[in-house]
Amino acid sequence: MPDILVTPLGAGQDVGRSCILLQMGGKNIMLDCGMHMGYSDERKFPDFSYIGEGDLTDFLDCVIVTHFHLDHCGALPYFTEMVGYSGPIYMTHPTKAICPHLLEDMRKLSVDRKGDVNMFTSQMIKDCMKKVTAVNLHQVVQVDPELQIKPYYAGHVLGAAMYLIQVGPLSVVYTGDYNMTPDRHLGAAWIDKCHPDLLITESTYATTIRDSKRCRERDLLKKLHDSIERGGKVLIPVFALGRAQELCILLETYWERMNLQVPIYFAVGLTEKANNYYKMFITWTNEKIRKTFVKRNMFDFKHIHAFDKSYIDNPGPMVVFATPGMLHGGLALQIFRKWAPDENNMVIMPGYCVQGTVGYKILNGAKKVEIDGTVVDVKLTVQYMSFSAHADAKGIMQLIRYCEPKNVMLVHGENEKMDFLRNKIIQEFGIECVKPGNGEMARIQVEVPLEVDISKRLLKRTQAMGELEEGKGTKRSFLLHGALLLTDNKLRVIEADRVYEEVGIPKHEVRSTANVRLSDPRPLANTRESLHQLVQSRVKGERQVVMTDGTISVDSVLVQVDGDEDEKTVLVSWGYQDEALGTYLLREIELMGK
Amino acid sequence: MKLYCLSQDPNKSCLVLKYRGTTLMLDCGLDICTILNYLPIPLIPSSRLASLPTWKPKDQVIPQLDGVVRECCNRFFIDGEPEFGTPQDGIIDVSDIDAVLISNYLSMLALPFVTESPGFRGAVYATEPTLQMGRYLCSQYITEVCLLAEIHSCLFSPSCYIPMTRLFMEEIQEYLEGSSKHNDKDGSWKDFVHLLPLPFNQMGFQVHSWKKLYSRGVLNASLAKIQIAGFSQSLDVFGALKVSPVSSGFCLGSCNWLITCSHEKVVYVSGSSTLTTHPRSIDQASLKNADVLILTGLTQTPASNPDAMLGDFCMTVALTVKNGGSVLVPCYPSGVTYDLFECLSSHLETSSLSHIPMYFISPVADSSLAYSNIFAEWLSQSKQSRVYLPEEPFPHAHLVKTGRLKPFRSVEDETLNADFRQPCIMFCGHPSLRFGAAVHFTMLWGSNPANTIVFTEPDFNYLEALAPFQPLALKCVHCPIDTCLSFSQANKLVRDLRPGNLIVPAQYLQPPLLHPQTDFVINAPSSGSVVGFRPLEVVKVQVGKGKDGWEAGELDPRLAKDLKMCQVKPGVQVATITALLDVKDNRYSIRALPQKLGEDQTSSLEAGMNNKPKFYPWGPLDITSLVQKLTQEGIVNAKVEETASGYIVLLQNEDTVIQIEEKRTHIFCEDDARSDLRAKLNRIIMSSLNKF
Repeated sequence: MPDILVTPLGAGQDVGRSCILLQMGGKNIMLDCGMHMGYSDERKFPDFSYIGEGDLTDFLDCVIVTHFHLDHCGALPYFTEMVGYSGPIYMTHPTKAICPHLLEDMRKLSVDRKGDVNMFTSQMIKDCMKKVTAVNLHQVVQVDPELQIKPYYAGHVLGAAMYLIQVGPLSVVYTGDYNMTPDRHLGAAWIDKCHPDLLITESTYATTIRDSKRCRERDLLKKLHDSIERGGKVLIPVFALGRAQELCILLETYWERMNLQVPIYFAVGLTEKANNYYKMFITWTNEKIRKTFVKRNMFDFKHIHAFDKSYIDNPGPMVVFATPGMLHGGLALQIFRKWAPDENNMVIMPGYCVQGTVGYKILNGAKKVEIDGTVVDVKLTVQYMSFSAHADAKGIMQLIRYCEPKNVMLVHGENEKMDFLRNKIIQEFGIECVKPGNGEMARIQVEVPLEVDISKRLLKRTQAMGELEEGKGTKRSFLLHGALLLTDNKLRVIEADRVYEEVGIPKHEVRSTANVRLSDPRPLANTRESLHQLVQSRVKGERQVVMTDGTISVDSVLVQVDGDEDEKTVLVSWGYQDEALGTYLLREIELMGK
Repeated sequence: MKLYCLSQDPNKSCLVLKYRGTTLMLDCGLDICTILNYLPIPLIPSSRLASLPTWKPKDQVIPQLDGVVRECCNRFFIDGEPEFGTPQDGIIDVSDIDAVLISNYLSMLALPFVTESPGFRGAVYATEPTLQMGRYLCSQYITEVCLLAEIHSCLFSPSCYIPMTRLFMEEIQEYLEGSSKHNDKDGSWKDFVHLLPLPFNQMGFQVHSWKKLYSRGVLNASLAKIQIAGFSQSLDVFGALKVSPVSSGFCLGSCNWLITCSHEKVVYVSGSSTLTTHPRSIDQASLKNADVLILTGLTQTPASNPDAMLGDFCMTVALTVKNGGSVLVPCYPSGVTYDLFECLSSHLETSSLSHIPMYFISPVADSSLAYSNIFAEWLSQSKQSRVYLPEEPFPHAHLVKTGRLKPFRSVEDETLNADFRQPCIMFCGHPSLRFGAAVHFTMLWGSNPANTIVFTEPDFNYLEALAPFQPLALKCVHCPIDTCLSFSQANKLVRDLRPGNLIVPAQYLQPPLLHPQTDFVINAPSSGSVVGFRPLEVVKVQVGKGKDGWEAGELDPRLAKDLKMCQVKPGVQVATITALLDVKDNRYSIRALPQKLGEDQTSSLEAGMNNKPKFYPWGPLDITSLVQKLTQEGIVNAKVEETASGYIVLLQNEDTVIQIEEKRTHIFCEDDARSDLRAKLNRIIMSSLNKF
């Protein structure tokens, strides 16, 4: 029985540093190549030495990156340029376009601010991206003759994809991060009933069943509005692309409707470029935006202006979007440091924060945080909005229902929460569900049918014999008899009597003949007719009973009658292959004679 | 397989393929050339057109023909709402169609005529017998729901077709709606078409397949049925076939179709280009080694080289504007038009003519320009890489931003009036010169010999297009740019692809009428034969090995484990197999006979009469081994006699003779109550033979 082996190098019972090694059918595939934002030591990258030493091109058949978030692609330049890998890498077009910008931002941040030394260079990012092959949704990419991959829409962020990976009869779906409810700018993830042997799904929100999207939005807007009414300043740490654009659309429409004058600033280096990407990859956004983009591009914002650092100390209320999203450095952290001690102010954390970041600390109620060696009082309101577009427990269950996997594996989530979801999956679907930790290999046993070629003539003959009552629903069943041939590692099923010719071995015919004495006073012709009727009534299906020159024959069976009115002799003869029919007829004829 | 041809024009193809119990419609082209038989529809009523003399039949009074035909410079035109040539109905029952495969947006304009005809929807129910579907479903209700779901998965086309088709059809709809009220006819003139002057009296029944364009509602309903497919995506048609689109390099999202099952491959190539323009390049590797290659949609202007024509086009335009004239370019709203913008703008720049305004007038101008910039995935490598910068893939985005190219919805646009200055270059629809702004400008500029009209679209005969406007003074230049495969490119493609059989429109097998002395023909491939098909005809072609071929199936590994494979030769293993064959959705799988069934077969004699042998013998029988075994089994007085061809074994006590030859063994029993002995002898003989 072939096995599918999966080893998380990151994201095993953990969020961040997604990197999963998949081994099946003799192929090795790396799923995502992310970094951990919470660390600046060697723990930030996955432990690639697990795969092998030196250049890893020989060890891996391909690398698939699901979307542009750094916890999914952040280690890619390190992996290709510093560890050494020059094999194929696959991403969707928007991911390929956007991820180098995020890599560069992150690189600058960690080298300039943290003094990180073991970090790739700008040139390495460029060299790395040259190795990437861009793929389209639903396009089946043949990586090599045995291995193929196919991306599906995942929502989550622009260009995010889930991948179906197939090696021969084995198949695995890896979701990356996904979102099962459409939001303001993206559609919902979708996959067909592909029945993978294994579904590897993220489980960030394994225990959350979120309230409706509309309520969450109303909630956010109300809190935001209250804060600026009080004259407070609102900081929204975001990543340049993704949530930022959705929040901008949300605020833009709200400001317009409420006729608000309080300034909204967007302090994201990539602003125009980012929006340009959204304009050109509009086919990846949701239906509504796609329909209206000719008249009005949703990503041209009227109320949102560029931010300047000097505005930090401006009096009066304002709303500022700033990077990065987890408050682990950059301008967002600078602003936070200034605004944190004022209780009128507010910080809205619109996404998940990994352990070790300032975002994580304040979300967990820290009243004092250390930033660059100084302790800062956190007096402002900290508001968490589960705005990050991950599937919640309901969504994960729905995806399982969509694709009907035979096994499920949970990654990219917290251990205890996974337990809850795991039990739920086992209970509801009755399928195996595992959640290996980092460096822990999970072995999924799969029963795969053997591929076999069946001769068309045999199929026709088999189906002509009529159906058995075994079938259910639209399935029909037949009794198949033939020979299974194994040559050159290929299995074929043919008619048994064709084997001799096909393989080149001499046939040996075995025939039995018996004489039965029959006392039947009728004329010979009448006896013959009775025998004919007897044979005819016992033979079913496609078997043709023919009578020539007084001989009754069906397949290899012959029945001849001879003699006069006093005594007749019936000769019954059959080949070995018709032993059952021959002996049966012989018995019947013997009974006739008695 | 059988191939039906429902269209007259191989460039507006509509074929139907019946293969493996399924019916696939390959493209659904609309013959637009029919509109050249009509008078143009001007934006504002034209006194000139209205004063053209009407034609009347001689010596007869037929009210249905009153005012139907008008004459201009010895040519005749129908005065009424233009009609389009649709795929011939009556040959194929639309209800039989399981799937429609579309190659490009130019080949799907007749789709609403098919999908919205009453048979299409309800009709798929009628395919039940063919597809053997629903027969075993428990209720009719479920059957209907399932089949309804099937219909919706039946139309496959790349995602960019829908907006692109919209562009094309909505443009025509806008023209027809927006044009001045025209003289409408009820179509009863068609019954008297034989009485009309040339060319109408030659058209016969063809005119009955001309139909008025569908409404917007019908178009939307039709487009809503389309399911989106990506390049190389494999789509399943009832388990019998897999169909997959691969890039054809002709226009945005254009594709060829692979139609495959486990051991056979049919390839449908239509509207392909091996030139490098803006679309993604053709994927040739996937088309290789097909059993059957259907090739259609070659260039409509075999005598013109598109590159040279593009050069001529730029020169002509530059020369005209340099001399103070304006240029009219009747064009489609997308496709080669994008390449014209790109080449012409850079040519004008180098000729220091960049101050000459370029206008683009179409009801869908904005949409066309906007959409072209968001389909990066469907563009050539060089255009695609611009998106990563991120910059618009087409230069026309920049041209619009800097005011070099000015798009307008219509001539009536007020901003156009304010901006308009001459000399200028005017791109506008429709290239047939029957409706749209092109009609307006042909009439407006026609009397000035300084102006030029340049025809680039190959779909229409330019002289016919101009006929109702004659006499004209402006210069007419014909620079047809058809990027479809030329005959030599197509022959090279066929050589590279090595198909088993080649099927082409019969007209490709001899030089075209206009070029009788040329080599504009398709040659038979060295790898197989070529078959030609004619409009409204059927051709039958065998695919692969036909009935001697193979089907792919699955074998339950548990059953495989229980089978005893016998090595009959080095590297060849055989086992006799008696098992259950499951057939579902045209997929085959083999599993072990259920215990119950096996018992039934052996328990009753009658059920057992269909029992299958467990082994098959082969090779010569070893006589020494046989005699030895007979003794062991208690059959003692066997007498062996050697004969010319083998041996005879006499079992005197048993009244039985066994005749043994190299290739056969025959057991004769005289006594009629020896079934146990026969079984024993059989067993002994089989054990002395090789078997599998």
